[in-house]
Amino acid sequence: MSNIRQNVLVLYLESSALDSRTIAWSIYEGASNARHDAGDSDEPPYTTGLAALRDGWRLFQASPLQQHSAGDEFRVGYLKYEFLFEKLIDTDQTERTP
Amino acid sequence: MNMQASQRLSTLQMAEFAARGCLRLDAVVPESLNQRFLADVGHVPDQNVDSLWNHYGKIMRSSAIPLVNPGTPMDAAYPHDSAVAELLRLPVVRGAIESLLGRAPVVDHHFLHITFPGRLYAAAGQPHVAQHTHQDSTIDPRRAFDVQIMYYPHDVTRDMGGTRFVPGTHLRVVSEAAIARYQNVRGQQHMVCKAGTLLFLHHGIWHGGGRNDSERLRYMFKIRLCPTERQTRLWDTQDLEEKSEPRPIFWNPAPGNQQTIESILMNPEPWFEADTGRLEYINRIQLWRYLTGDEKWDADYWMTRVENEYV
Repeated sequence: MSNIRQNVLVLYLESSALDSRTIAWSIYEGASNARHDAGDSDEPPYTTGLAALRDGWRLFQASPLQQHSAGDEFRVGYLKYEFLFEKLIDTDQTERTP
Repeated sequence: MNMQASQRLSTLQMAEFAARGCLRLDAVVPESLNQRFLADVGHVPDQNVDSLWNHYGKIMRSSAIPLVNPGTPMDAAYPHDSAVAELLRLPVVRGAIESLLGRAPVVDHHFLHITFPGRLYAAAGQPHVAQHTHQDSTIDPRRAFDVQIMYYPHDVTRDMGGTRFVPGTHLRVVSEAAIARYQNVRGQQHMVCKAGTLLFLHHGIWHGGGRNDSERLRYMFKIRLCPTERQTRLWDTQDLEEKSEPRPIFWNPAPGNQQTIESILMNPEPWFEADTGRLEYINRIQLWRYLTGDEKWDADYWMTRVENEYV
């Protein structure tokens, strides 16, 4: 049976460009019991999305660009440039490796 | 409320609140009043608390915090001689309330938040975690705004997990816990303060309670207040005209250090997106128009440019 587990990194960037600056971030680890809490760090793990790619994170979803509805052009809401990355971890290997 | 006993906010303080959605008054509540508040709510020495359910239950049943129906005038919500009523009568507190909400605000609700040390969550079989990031209440597209007063009756150290909030998020229209996925945001602040500190927050500010990693209980009393009038020119407006100073935009190598309404409203937050940061400026300008009643006011030409229409 496979012991592959997924770690997820969510980066919110300054624009739709992957090499733009990280403004918000979240981490969820399925491959360990490590817990990442709201407010647990004031500096991002990667300064850009590109830096995460170069560290082995695989991009699996990016928020699309959407047309602004007429009459609602100036409304702001959710963070706009969300990128979800994953790392697949073989927990058998991590348990054997000190 | 008695106007003579209030210290209204200045124009620049109001501009700061319009831009960032927060106003902090450090250690303005006297220590004797802090102690009275803690005694009123039923605080006991931390080592005597062995169950978070029992402690919360006891406080909710027996504390002096009154049951208040939503819509009750603030001045009628608390017994005259109670610590909360006295706190709300402090000139600096009353001045801030009157400046933001007018003379006759009503209470939406209040709540005593208690954040316990890890040992008590473990004993209760509850996770010892920070509260997710959220915006209170529900989707709220109004220009008028409510104010949430957070009162910290004792010193709050960093390890006690004081309220986390993100300045400048108040004009974002989102739906409560829909933003729970945002664990960390550049520019987020964690309340670390002296006893008797008050934090005034626009109702739209993104926030959450931090995880208490200390051995002490952390108390925070929140009152949400609503205006009963248009929130226009309620502060000390003597210097309103002189604090507004149009300036060249983009091609301006030395913008100067003097604080003006424009410099405050056009100051970005660390989390601003490249494009929607400009929409934040537009929304701040629109809020300032509401606050001043001047529907033509502009900063750095953001509104004038998009209103320059000929049909």
